[in-house]
Amino acid sequence: MTQDTTSGQPEVDRQSMEVDIACVGFGPAMGGFLTTLSRGLLNEDGTPAAESKTMPGMPPQVICYERADDIAFGVSGVVTKARAIRETFPDLDPADIPMTHPVTEERLLYLLDPVGASRRPATVKAADAVIKALRWMLPVRDQALRIPFIPGFMKKHDGLLTSIGQFNQWVGNQLMASGTVQIWPSSPVSGPLMENGRVTGVRLADQGVERSGEPQPGYMPGMDIKAALTVIGDGPAGPVGRILDEKLGLPEGNHQHDFAVGMKVVVELPEGCELKPGTVFHTLGYPEPEIFGFLYVYPDGLASAGVFVPSWFDSPVRSTYRYMQHWMQHPAIWKHLNGGTIRSWGAKTLQESGRRGEPHLVGDGFARIGEGSGTTNVLTNSGVDEAWLSGTLLAEGVLELLKSGEEFTKANLEKAYVRRRRESWLDKDSRKAEKARDGFQRGFVRGMIGMALAGFTRGRLSLSGDGRTPYERVPTLEQFLKGRLTPQEVEKLRTEAHAKGRTLHDSIMELLGWPKIEYDGKLLLSHQDALLVGGKVQAPPGYADHVVFLYPHLCEECGTKVCAEMCSAEAISVNPEGEVPLFDREKCIHCGACFWNCAKHLQDDPERGAIAFRAGAGGLHSAEN
Amino acid sequence: MAGSLQIVVCGGIVPNPLQTLEPTAGPQGPALKNEAMLPAVLDPWAWHALFEAANLAKQAPGSKITLVCMAPKAKLQQVMMTIAQKTVFELQPIDGPASGFVESADVAGELAEVIKGINGLDMQKLLVFGGWESASRGAGTTMQILGEMLGITDQFQGVDEIRLKDDGSFDVLERIEGGKHQVSRCAGAPAVLGWATGNLPEPPNNPQAGMANMRGIMPALQKARPAKPGQDGVKFLDVSLPSQRRETRVVKDTPAEEIARELAEWITG
Ligand SMILES: Cc1cc2nc3c(=O)[nH]c(=O)nc-3n(C[C@H](O)[C@H](O)[C@H](O)COP(=O)(O)OP(=O)(O)OC[C@H]3O[C@@H](n4cnc5c(N)ncnc54)[C@H](O)[C@@H]3O)c2cc1C
Ligand code: SF4
Ligand code: SF4
Repeated sequence: MTQDTTSGQPEVDRQSMEVDIACVGFGPAMGGFLTTLSRGLLNEDGTPAAESKTMPGMPPQVICYERADDIAFGVSGVVTKARAIRETFPDLDPADIPMTHPVTEERLLYLLDPVGASRRPATVKAADAVIKALRWMLPVRDQALRIPFIPGFMKKHDGLLTSIGQFNQWVGNQLMASGTVQIWPSSPVSGPLMENGRVTGVRLADQGVERSGEPQPGYMPGMDIKAALTVIGDGPAGPVGRILDEKLGLPEGNHQHDFAVGMKVVVELPEGCELKPGTVFHTLGYPEPEIFGFLYVYPDGLASAGVFVPSWFDSPVRSTYRYMQHWMQHPAIWKHLNGGTIRSWGAKTLQESGRRGEPHLVGDGFARIGEGSGTTNVLTNSGVDEAWLSGTLLAEGVLELLKSGEEFTKANLEKAYVRRRRESWLDKDSRKAEKARDGFQRGFVRGMIGMALAGFTRGRLSLSGDGRTPYERVPTLEQFLKGRLTPQEVEKLRTEAHAKGRTLHDSIMELLGWPKIEYDGKLLLSHQDALLVGGKVQAPPGYADHVVFLYPHLCEECGTKVCAEMCSAEAISVNPEGEVPLFDREKCIHCGACFWNCAKHLQDDPERGAIAFRAGAGGLHSAEN
Repeated sequence: MAGSLQIVVCGGIVPNPLQTLEPTAGPQGPALKNEAMLPAVLDPWAWHALFEAANLAKQAPGSKITLVCMAPKAKLQQVMMTIAQKTVFELQPIDGPASGFVESADVAGELAEVIKGINGLDMQKLLVFGGWESASRGAGTTMQILGEMLGITDQFQGVDEIRLKDDGSFDVLERIEGGKHQVSRCAGAPAVLGWATGNLPEPPNNPQAGMANMRGIMPALQKARPAKPGQDGVKFLDVSLPSQRRETRVVKDTPAEEIARELAEWITG
């Protein structure tokens, strides 16, 4: 799926500034890049190892712009093998990073359906029946089968549990203290600057504008940051990377059709909880077979728990929040959480096309790192370490070019970075994973078999999928509810909800047998309370809306309004006065899920939906995710 | 146009006000649970004082702003990454606690020492700004004691506005009961102003201010003077969170009377 290239910014005179290297986004990929780079910018005696072109006599000037209001406001799991991270920090002591612990135990649980509402295909139902019949001889407890064997490719033994917020903060603090690079939060980059196909830097987002982008009194046009090299590490749905993809296209044969929304809570576990720090649960099978879950136990009685709702979950009522609440209440999970309290909440998109979604990694004046560059590995369920490694590999290459005084041309970056990447375990593992999940596109069982095949044969065998885009997969409400409601009944439901400005997922899920969520103010919160208590969401005034409905005619024909149904933060809502949904930027958590979930596409551009997801400020203010 | 001023803004850091805070007993007395994990911001009242200082400095060309800030060094560095883009200032950091569990007189003592040591300090141009209270501890006494320690007798608390005149004198609007202000005229610096929220909006992020500040901030942080105020003399017998009940609903375009009616009903019912 692509992104519109119109940033919505007026053409005016802008201030500009020159640096040597401009970087977009501070996630683990940029952490790896800046850490490795900063160590090589100075010689041991403190003299510059290479000279800045913009400030002669000084080491190269490196600036990183992060959209969020703090470098600690990311969202991830995280359990990671931390191979690359440990290579950068050989003496890493997990105790130095809050919410970090070595992995001590891993459990893989297949969750049965305790409420009877899960959409299980016949094969899964049959498997469930066998498990139930044999529960006296199988390790079945609390409606969950503990799979005695975790495939090697999934295992994270010797790895680390951490919080991305705390980890990024730890890395960022060391970088800032080194004095060699600058990282500026609250600085959304609206897009790349380009001249004759060359990226010449980035433009920051305008401030002092209306929601529409129109200047207000106090207008401050976003500054142009000119740089010989622009490093883009803006993550799975980053607008800067996506604008480049739109301009340059993807390499022949590649596409980005596989995504997921990952949503999580950080819970203060109840007193007496028996789970030991370092324990990792992976779950599958419930609330829907397509939805995977995780529970990671930190020190100090905290745990991270959440679910992934993938793009191949063919439902128009794909509310990750609601599904996460059902998952949390599964007896095998609830017995550990019950009595605890939510401290934090968040969600974010995962770009799951992996190597197949790889964009042009380099070009004249730019390089791509991290998840937006296709690093995330769906076979090993791992993204942080891979993102980190892509950053370190680029940094090694950049240092080489800086020291030899070579330009940041496409050819030089190919030689210095892409070659390193192709020779690394990152690329080798991503090849094994390339087709691992394709089978899921044709059903859960086929998906599981395909993944096992790919895992055990190191990617040599796999089961094919159908490569459909998310919008091709989303059934209409009438199709989805066939056999339950007549088209007339669906229309009535839709009209009533529309008149009240309500989404449909709650009523439809309850119609399908999902029990109502009984809020307890501690673990089961209303969605809005999750934003306020858990995500601490807020947005500064003076920025334009970053979610824009570009093609009202598509929304007018759209009967599912998936964007509103799935919005991770209820920032998109049904408009009782029209067909184009409403957007409230004060609630948005920038998860980036709306643009790839859009149910429609342009007639002449199958890769473009009705929503633009641009760079914006604010969002989550929790440092624990 | 008024002559130049030397504006010193005093501000601690506090956990981002949206975080869940819980006091616990630490080895050195009361502390905030998981404090190291909590993202921090400049104390909101001091944050505002900084904007006011920037605004005032524009009216008195040649003025200089110094931010004196006591907080753990690593946390302070992170907060600087956010505020350095707002306006150009010089940082005088003190590497000390920011939990709010330190006596205000001890905090004031540390601040006074740093202010007295500022290179080229000119008492006749000095305006000391800060929050009239703090989000970490609302005792509202630090600025007052600091003023006394610096020997500054013109003190204003709960300030919402300062109007500078060409002769260097200024009017100060201080909050009093019933949403009203007391207007005082002051002949000129030195003075202490403890700011309330004032009227100025948050300035936009200015990357150039950020760059200019960075050059001084990092070296200053490296040299931050360690301090351990409030070690003796104060004993906290008990700390606890006020009990709260929340029931969030997000409404838009609801008239104020309607919200007030609902709130009253909720409280009484
Ligand atoms: C719920 C969840 C659980 C996960 N669990 C795990 C796990 O257990 N193990 C694992 O290895 N991986 C996990 N992942 C995946 C992992 O988090 C990602 O692969 C990883 O964070 C990617 O790193 P990155 O640096 O490429 O991007 P990101 O971490 O996404 O960082 C990109 C940064 O760029 C910023 N940015 C975006 N746009 C702009 C802009 N326009 N201007 C400026 N800044 C911008 C963003 O705010 C962000 O901080 C999980 C992901 C989720 C969502
Ligand atoms: S944005 Fe997409 S999903 Fe939302 S209403 Fe419009 S067409 Fe439908
Ligand atoms: S509107 Fe914001 S919160 Fe909602 S899906 Fe889009 S990016 Fe996520």
